[in-house]
Amino acid sequence: MKLVRDMGFMVMKELRTEWRTKEILTAMGVLGILVLIVFAFAFPPGSVRYQRLAPGILWVAFVFAGILGMNRSMAQEKEDGCLQGLLLTPMDRGALYLGKLLANLIFLSAIEALVAGLCILFFNVSFSEGFGLFVLVTLLGSTGYVAVGTLFSAIAAQTRFQEVLLPVLLIPLAAPILIAVVKCTGAILDGSGFEAVAFWVKFLAAFYAVFVIGGFLVFEYVVQE
Amino acid sequence: MEQASAPAIQAIGLKKRFGHRWALNGVDLEVAAGQFVTLFGPNGAGKTTLVRILSQLVRPTAGEVRIDGRSLDADSGEIRRQVGVISHLTMVYPSLTGRENLLFFARLFDVPEPHRRVEQVLDQVALSSRADSPVRTYSRGMAQRLAIARAVLHDPRIVLLDEPYTGLDERAAGRFTRLLRQLADGSRTLLLTTHNLEQGLELSHRVAIQVAGRIVYDAPARGLDHATLRERYLELTREAQP
Repeated sequence: MKLVRDMGFMVMKELRTEWRTKEILTAMGVLGILVLIVFAFAFPPGSVRYQRLAPGILWVAFVFAGILGMNRSMAQEKEDGCLQGLLLTPMDRGALYLGKLLANLIFLSAIEALVAGLCILFFNVSFSEGFGLFVLVTLLGSTGYVAVGTLFSAIAAQTRFQEVLLPVLLIPLAAPILIAVVKCTGAILDGSGFEAVAFWVKFLAAFYAVFVIGGFLVFEYVVQE
Repeated sequence: MEQASAPAIQAIGLKKRFGHRWALNGVDLEVAAGQFVTLFGPNGAGKTTLVRILSQLVRPTAGEVRIDGRSLDADSGEIRRQVGVISHLTMVYPSLTGRENLLFFARLFDVPEPHRRVEQVLDQVALSSRADSPVRTYSRGMAQRLAIARAVLHDPRIVLLDEPYTGLDERAAGRFTRLLRQLADGSRTLLLTTHNLEQGLELSHRVAIQVAGRIVYDAPARGLDHATLRERYLELTREAQP
């Protein structure tokens, strides 16, 4: 199927470009670590229970690292008119959107793994038996977040205020996702099982579906002037 | 419906508004198959907007575009396979090598035997020896040659060229002109926008002048000398100059 094939070509192109430049992962990784450091200074060990603070720390790091990565990824497409080059091909615009989305999700997931690992190490946070559930919730939340972010990064890239516009557009719209993932992460760190987060997981799955399908359908109108 | 006698490019009453400004204000243009037409015009005349609409990057506010007799709305994907675009932007990824860029675009265009075709076009634009270097290490002339390779990878019947000489030095421009002559072999339709009257006149079968979003002059290049064209150009664009 051409759509899936073209999406695969897009993802491979993104990964190859990142392998060469290391621009996106480096920026996202540094920002993620800096967020952890800022929280470590703001709440010195012993002053708070990190287990309760961790959901907020993690998602602040994920959200801002994600914005940085998605902005940079779309900026690369604007460089030398590459996005125009893509739009001149018979590739379905939906494949272009899904390819960018998947690549952004891969980059964000890599940084999430790094930040979560460092959070466990630095703050002695324990997931006990809920680690699998945390991965599921993070994946669902990140996909919904990146689905909106990829769409809005294409809108923001057409303006002179790209760096500012993306967070301004993205964070309010992604707020329901962020509330859900923070609630879920908190419950998982408290040792609650799937039943405690079932509602939020369904909520995230619904948002995920709406944002991915919506982005797929409207991306063409966003990228064509 | 596709017709054997239909012009390769046909713009009918094309208008485009950006905010309050009309970039195109009723452009009518026909280019026959195999013809090379050069469009001149001052900055802000709407030449780039016209090329962007013809290449489906921008939607017109009003009017219609037909490629080989087919409306752009009817079969946009298939029409894209028939059109190649070269502009001052190279539209290639600077971090990837020339070969990687071409292979990527060849796959998106569903070019049969993409590896063989990539080697063929690399050879045509004399970039085989630098094909494995990242594009960011290329000179402006080399990058523009790669842009030609990208635009003709899928063997389009129509090639749109928007100010392709921008940033090229004398030597690179000469080389680029030679490549353009190869493209204009009668099997392809070419529409070039440029400020360079001499170059445009020398290359094309027909010349046109666009001012303030309208085509105000259209004549065969044969029998037209540079001095006469320059005189007409200055006369027609006098009021458009700031």
